[in-house]
Amino acid sequence: MGSDFAVGGRFPAAFMSAGTSSFTDFLSGYAPGMLPGHEMSGLPAGSSLDLPHGTTIVAAACDGGIAMAGDRRAVAGNVIAQRDIEKVFRSDEFSCVGFAGVAGVGLELVRLFQVELEHYEKLEGRALSLEGKANRLATMVRGNLGAAMQGLVVVPLFAGYDEDSGAGRIFSYDPSGGRYEEHRFHSIGSGSVFARGSLKKLYHEGLPVQDAVVVCLQALYDAADDDSATGGPDLTRGIYPTVATVTADGFRRLPDAEAGQIAQAVVAERLQAPDGPAAPLRPEPAS
Amino acid sequence: MPFYVSPEQAMKDKADYARKNIARGRNTIVIQFADGILFVAPNPSRALHKISEIYDRIAFAAVGMYNEFENLRKAGVRYADFNGYLYDRNDVTALGLANAYAQTLGTIFTESNKPYEVEIVVAEVDDSPERDQIYRITFDGSVADEHGYVAMGGQADQVAAALRQRYSDGLSLTGALGVALGALSGQENGDATKLTASQLEVAVLNRAGEHRRFRRLTGARLEALLSEARASAAVGDQPASTGGDQPADGGGDQPAGGAQPGAGPAI
Repeated sequence: MGSDFAVGGRFPAAFMSAGTSSFTDFLSGYAPGMLPGHEMSGLPAGSSLDLPHGTTIVAAACDGGIAMAGDRRAVAGNVIAQRDIEKVFRSDEFSCVGFAGVAGVGLELVRLFQVELEHYEKLEGRALSLEGKANRLATMVRGNLGAAMQGLVVVPLFAGYDEDSGAGRIFSYDPSGGRYEEHRFHSIGSGSVFARGSLKKLYHEGLPVQDAVVVCLQALYDAADDDSATGGPDLTRGIYPTVATVTADGFRRLPDAEAGQIAQAVVAERLQAPDGPAAPLRPEPAS
Repeated sequence: MPFYVSPEQAMKDKADYARKNIARGRNTIVIQFADGILFVAPNPSRALHKISEIYDRIAFAAVGMYNEFENLRKAGVRYADFNGYLYDRNDVTALGLANAYAQTLGTIFTESNKPYEVEIVVAEVDDSPERDQIYRITFDGSVADEHGYVAMGGQADQVAAALRQRYSDGLSLTGALGVALGALSGQENGDATKLTASQLEVAVLNRAGEHRRFRRLTGARLEALLSEARASAAVGDQPASTGGDQPADGGGDQPAGGAQPGAGPAI
């Protein structure tokens, strides 16, 4: 990698070629060692290393956008490896991405994805469609399959505002790069089962974005309630879930104070009703 | 080859060739103002840009052959994204990029029969105007460290002279746009007083903000700025008298990548 950069400090031939607008493709030709998971695919199978794993991410579509939230815990085996890890990121102006699984690979995957989208936008003079972004991410997850087979599994959750349809969309992935469009809401990670049950009961069509944020935080609370690897709001340290929204106005990460306020309200309600808001037993008759 | 051509003559011929072709084009102006760096180029195309984003704080402006500077722009984006990914976003600098451009253009100038017919500017905005960096790189790989303003393209001397008359430190955005429009007037660029938003390519590197500071100014926003700039230029239409504390053409050249044979910058 970069060996020809030394020749007089000029651009290597790969930089000047007509080439591709994909940064990942550029890297795999010029410096494949820098791709996430590249050096891990040769490892012996069944490695028993307890690597930090990111846990639960939830996302919900709302009126004209999406909300995504992730807890702040990373676990290595039964040890809490990190209390304040960030697992939800801005991928570009109109999308965000979260990950669950091996944190080292996941963080690198997200970083590469961010560069990938910006790189395409700069070279082509226009941003990829939301569908195009989702497909690029699928290819990148598939690129990690070798490492995933060794146990270094990471899956992202991708969501964004589709400028063509004016609505929010959510995409989930499997480790082999399978891409699935989710409707209304989705969750990934160790606490996702509990989170999804919660989302199912609390979600309504056409929620305003601030309510979708509350739904996400309720679901994370429920995940943390039943999954030991998912962290709940840490009131003593002031560590609250990462919350992001994407609407026609673009990506917005809620400031810690704002996310903290909503999380504190959720906790306060749970002091009265530990299991959270109850859904009606039968659907309300259509009027 | 039947005739002997001395190296001096070969270099001179190449330089004349490049200079002549660059001088046929329209101008691109780069000018500092209080809140950032402004780029202005008469350019009717919406798709073929002369001004582009390279990285968070770095932009690229060019004149000359489109396919050649487009090639350089792409290389610059790859360089910046590669280094930002390899190290950190803060480790991508205009100086590193300018050096790579200088080396590349210098090599092409000496080693190939046809030099690139381009002139480019790499500009990086910082927290204060004094710390902004503007590098101008010519077809033979010479680098000049510029302050205040740069004019490239046809009759760049005259445009630079007009800029020198009007430029002063700490201009507002509309002030800087007015200065640029005034300097473009009367050149090959058409009547600058009548240039509309659709005939101009205008972009800024904002001093304040997060992430990516590069913004194109287009459509209604640009129309509003243009009429504002013209109105303010009509009120105070005299050359700024304080422009003298900046070197007119950025002083002497500062070759950043070893001495290059051949001619100096094509201005």
